[in-house]
Amino acid sequence: MLETAPFYLTFKLALLTTVLLFILSIPLAYWLAFSRFRVKFMVEALVSLPLVLPPTVLGFYLLLAFSPENALGEFLERYFDLRLVFTFPGLVIASVIYSLPFMVQPLKSGFTSIPKAWLDAAYTMGKSRRVTLRKVLLPNMRNAMLTGSVLTFAHTVGEFGVILMVGGNIPEETRVISVAIYNEVEAMNYALANTYSLILVGFSFLVLMGTYFINHQKNSLLSYD
Amino acid sequence: MIEFQLAKKLTGAGGDIALQVDCRLQPGEMVGIYGPSGAGKSSILRMLAGLMSPDKGFIQVGGEVWMDTKNGVSLRPQQRHIGMVFQEYSLFPNMTVLQNLEFALEGGRDKALLWEILEIIGMRELAGQRPYLLSGGQKQRVALARAMLRRPKLLLLDEPLSALDREMRKNLQSYILRFHRDFQLTTLIVSHDAAEISRLTERLWVLENGTFVYDGAPKAYFI
Repeated sequence: MLETAPFYLTFKLALLTTVLLFILSIPLAYWLAFSRFRVKFMVEALVSLPLVLPPTVLGFYLLLAFSPENALGEFLERYFDLRLVFTFPGLVIASVIYSLPFMVQPLKSGFTSIPKAWLDAAYTMGKSRRVTLRKVLLPNMRNAMLTGSVLTFAHTVGEFGVILMVGGNIPEETRVISVAIYNEVEAMNYALANTYSLILVGFSFLVLMGTYFINHQKNSLLSYD
Repeated sequence: MIEFQLAKKLTGAGGDIALQVDCRLQPGEMVGIYGPSGAGKSSILRMLAGLMSPDKGFIQVGGEVWMDTKNGVSLRPQQRHIGMVFQEYSLFPNMTVLQNLEFALEGGRDKALLWEILEIIGMRELAGQRPYLLSGGQKQRVALARAMLRRPKLLLLDEPLSALDREMRKNLQSYILRFHRDFQLTTLIVSHDAAEISRLTERLWVLENGTFVYDGAPKAYFI
């Protein structure tokens, strides 16, 4: 029987991941775009690592790190009463790490696409970096913010390997749609797996179509020159 | 009195240049900076604005030291009272003309000055328009107006008219002259156009390979 809990969990996970990553990625992408720090390339490589690693590798190391038998897991459990392995909060942290490049890269491109002269103009008008970020940079990179948010959301909805490794397959706790599909296929319930899958395909297509539509609308309305 | 000594090694398409200048100008003067591309003209303005750091330098404006590399003094661009106009207008597309000007007002004060300046540049009617709907000349008028709102001690114009056609240039030149006079500004203007410099300024600095090779009346140099 089709359950609603995997949909709810998936949506909650994707939304939380997107909001957290948006807040974390603005300063990180700003720094990557404008810093002249010499070893910036190392940070860039680290941020992009989830793009090339098999999700199981990331999941494996997160599982080890979160495990109460290891230092981090033990610390979190002892002092914060927080267990991250096979729990929803653990999924959120794993998703934030796994989807990091999907938010950071579009935002970084957004920052670097802003003409340098706009920043110079704002600074010579006495405006601080913070005010310039809020009033000049961010409002002029709405497309990048939208793209980053949608990509992160959609990528989190489509996560499987990391989730299975860190969260397992616990109903109403960590069983998101992708895991539910896997579960039904294992149990040979192909019809149900197909229903879950079709809903996911339809949803993903609609989200992407909506994003492209909005981006096209904005591009045709705004000319920056 | 405004005085500055700046030294910086610049790397450009034509190779390295050792920029080394030592200048003094009186309050109220308008000086044209002329020279071939890549000679370091814009770099001088950017260093005065605090947008670029010299290797060695000293900048003093009306008794206030803005930069002294020997003593580790370097005011940020936000702390220097300058107005700067760029070649490519640099209006913020997310703001209307009025919002672009309001953004430049310190703490939102001096609204009366804002409307007065809008009136001078003849843009009162277009205050609610977004920059992309304006012509090049109108955009540059707004950019010039925006630079005035901080009541700058030093106005820096970096090839402000080079993207405009001849008619618009003439029109803008008269606004520059008017603002320079009415606001009792000290102005430095970088330009490639000999006629423009002759019309606007009474003093010319010619920059070649990083040093000034002429300091005098524009007409005597260009004739």
